[in-house]
Amino acid sequence: MEGAHAHAAGMGGHRTAGDLVARMQMTRRMRLKEAKQYVAGKLGCSTRDLSDPIAMETVRQDHGIGNLACTSAVHPAEAGMIEAKFNISKLLDIPINSVERFKARVGL
Amino acid sequence: MEQKIATRMGDGSLVEMTRSEIKDDLEAGTQLAAKKAKVPELTQDELDHLLEIYASSARFTAVDIGDEVVLSNDGTGTKYTGSVGMDLQVYEQVVGVDIVELWQTDYSYKAVKTNVHHEAQWMKMAQMLLTNPVQYGAMPDLGRYSAPDGPYPNWSELLPLGKIDDARRSQEEAAATLVHDIEFVADHLVEAGADGIDMDTTGAAGDCDFLAALQACAKLRAKYPDLGIEIGMAGEFVIGMHGQVTHDGVRLAGLWPKAQLELVQKAGASIFGPCVNVNTGKSTAWNVARAITIIKPCMEIAEIPVHVNVGMGVGAVPTCAYPPADATSRASKAFAEILKIDGY
Repeated sequence: MEGAHAHAAGMGGHRTAGDLVARMQMTRRMRLKEAKQYVAGKLGCSTRDLSDPIAMETVRQDHGIGNLACTSAVHPAEAGMIEAKFNISKLLDIPINSVERFKARVGL
Repeated sequence: MEQKIATRMGDGSLVEMTRSEIKDDLEAGTQLAAKKAKVPELTQDELDHLLEIYASSARFTAVDIGDEVVLSNDGTGTKYTGSVGMDLQVYEQVVGVDIVELWQTDYSYKAVKTNVHHEAQWMKMAQMLLTNPVQYGAMPDLGRYSAPDGPYPNWSELLPLGKIDDARRSQEEAAATLVHDIEFVADHLVEAGADGIDMDTTGAAGDCDFLAALQACAKLRAKYPDLGIEIGMAGEFVIGMHGQVTHDGVRLAGLWPKAQLELVQKAGASIFGPCVNVNTGKSTAWNVARAITIIKPCMEIAEIPVHVNVGMGVGAVPTCAYPPADATSRASKAFAEILKIDGY
């Protein structure tokens, strides 16, 4: 069922920019249109690009905000997971809880 | 003779209906919803749009490119794929949802409380492994606090005995304990790095259940200004098990989605999840028209994102363990295109 929803109308999560738009909804209580415009503005792309995995692959690489690791494309030398979230926090200008905890616990 | 179209009933069974029969069901669904919820019926344009979506034998349907919405996912995963962490990664990397949710199978804040350190440890590990936002979710589930499972006299037993005041007092006391428990669990999960807290299936035990969620939400918002807080409802209508309890001067019993949203956004939530249950004896066309009619007034006043509940028995997705993709995708498209929802 979740797969059907994801394909029918979902943004695509981490393989596109769905995770970033979701963060603006959660953290800043932005409605969809405003959240998409905010993220697109920060990434320098169109709102339509945000759901396009082809457009977002390069954009995500350029900003160091993590690309999906799969059989055909792994990124061991680039920021991913918690590392990527440090860059997402800076890019979107929002605090990310796990990043703030990480910094506090390692004394950054 | 009109051609038959393969479509679904609310229990998921495959049936054949003509375009005219589907049109009749859409009209009947919106008319009943308008009468019950005291809201306007869908416009002719909206009914025509729904007819185009539902009078089709296509195995799958979808929104136009660029019109996608955020997909949050309460109770992410199956619990039977590898480990809790792998389940979350599968939903992030294979399914492609936008928000994943850590949860335990006993999906209740009262139950989580006894296991909270283990849940928090998984949250910490998940935060290291995932890029997606990871929220924690459970039900307020006020019924758990009534005897014999909980410490308070069972209001469902008191009410038939005519002990109305005792039943009300018991629910009020239970709600106060529930607020404490939600806050207790949330504190531990936030400490472990959670991006959000989800109070799912809110109102399942009635108006005091909803009250506890609103009070917990306000307390969490005061403490954590940047935390994602989602309140998802159990049904379209808040059941008046207490009948008199209020929040911000508003009586909670009998509230429909628009009034629910007003209180939820005032309490400081980030995301509201309206819910309309499925009638299994009616077609999915009838159910979607009813659901959209009831939720539509909500969208007109929303200041926060609205993620409609669309799964297994709510939001016109059939009540069954394995909802068919044809019915699920039609519900996705209908809510996204007609209501302009922010997510689901």
